[in-house]
Amino acid sequence: MATEAHAAEGATGYIVHHLTPLSVGEGFWTLHLDTLFFSAVLGGLFIWFFKMAAEKATSDVPGLVQNFAEMMIEFVDSQVKDSFHGKSELIAPLALTIFCWVFLFNFMDLFPVDLLPMIGSMMGIEYLRVVPSTDLNATFAMSISVFFLIIFYSIKVKGPWGFAKELMFQPFGPWLLPFNLLLKLVEELAKPISLALRLFGNLYAGELIFILIALLPWAIQPVLSFPWAIFHILIITLQAFIFMVLTIVYLSMAHEDH
Amino acid sequence: MSINATLIGQMITFALLVWFTMKFVWPPLYQSLEERKKRIADGLAAAEKGQEEMELAEKRAINVLKEAKEQSADIVNLAQKRANEIVEESKDAAKKEGERLLVAAQAQIDQELQQVKENLRKEVSSLALNAAEQILSAEIDQAKHQEILNKVSNQIG
Repeated sequence: MATEAHAAEGATGYIVHHLTPLSVGEGFWTLHLDTLFFSAVLGGLFIWFFKMAAEKATSDVPGLVQNFAEMMIEFVDSQVKDSFHGKSELIAPLALTIFCWVFLFNFMDLFPVDLLPMIGSMMGIEYLRVVPSTDLNATFAMSISVFFLIIFYSIKVKGPWGFAKELMFQPFGPWLLPFNLLLKLVEELAKPISLALRLFGNLYAGELIFILIALLPWAIQPVLSFPWAIFHILIITLQAFIFMVLTIVYLSMAHEDH
Repeated sequence: MSINATLIGQMITFALLVWFTMKFVWPPLYQSLEERKKRIADGLAAAEKGQEEMELAEKRAINVLKEAKEQSADIVNLAQKRANEIVEESKDAAKKEGERLLVAAQAQIDQELQQVKENLRKEVSSLALNAAEQILSAEIDQAKHQEILNKVSNQIG
């Protein structure tokens, strides 16, 4: 992918350059350094902020940081309580992490498209894709982790045999076992795939539109990129919210016996 | 745009983040929220209790006031009654005293009248005796006619 041809002028070259990750390695063992770096930094930011709030947490009058952290906690907690009726130590923190992390991923989209890559190129980094959620690896990493959790909780709550029974005998009863199995497998597999692709698709498209706007004459750019950026504030929050809520819903479905 | 080892790296990062949040972020924050919730609930309950107690105290105060008023009214009534009685009693006493004085005065008057009559009778009798003595000194013996003279003086009284 990364060849000298991309350095050539032209819209295609510009777009391809922006969508090429900074990578090392070959084949499957390629690592997208930019995705890994930015997601780690953003994760660190999230952890740092909430850890700071948690350390100073009091039941007295809360400070600004604690106020914000508590607002997030309450928001996530109410979402969890709405759809998940069991008791779990994991789901609420997981949902909080997903929401904040995905939001921060998406927030990188609001930086001017050329800003960070330009700084990168000054430091000798040829390619830089700053929005981790435009990398399928980042979105699939979360959705596959959620998928493992779904499997884990399904087996834990219903037992291996109960889970197998659910896969085989629902929704059409034991006489249509192969059909049931196929249906259920598709249903289960659709969960992580749709989770990951929804987020990826939205952010990839959004980023692409920013890139396309950046190709227009400079006088038109603000007229288009300003409304799009404002609209994007909604999109990035919404996508983070959807990812979180669906995770909660899937996990609560895994906890329920039909 | 291919799936590669980045996925594994991302999954590890994700797992670490979730673990950290679950271990160190969520519990203290959530606990502080719960504690504050409890404190607010307690405060509200205490306020409500205070309000109730105040209402109760107010009711009690009203009752006490009412009782005091009733008592004072009773006392005033009693005093009025007693005053009336005293007035009546003193009226009676005055009446009796007046009557007694009247009777005493009457008695004295009677007595004095009697005295005067007695004196008068004595005087008249002595006067008549004297006159008779003067008139009849020659022929009438004082000792003989004393009885007749006495009768006469008695008739005068």
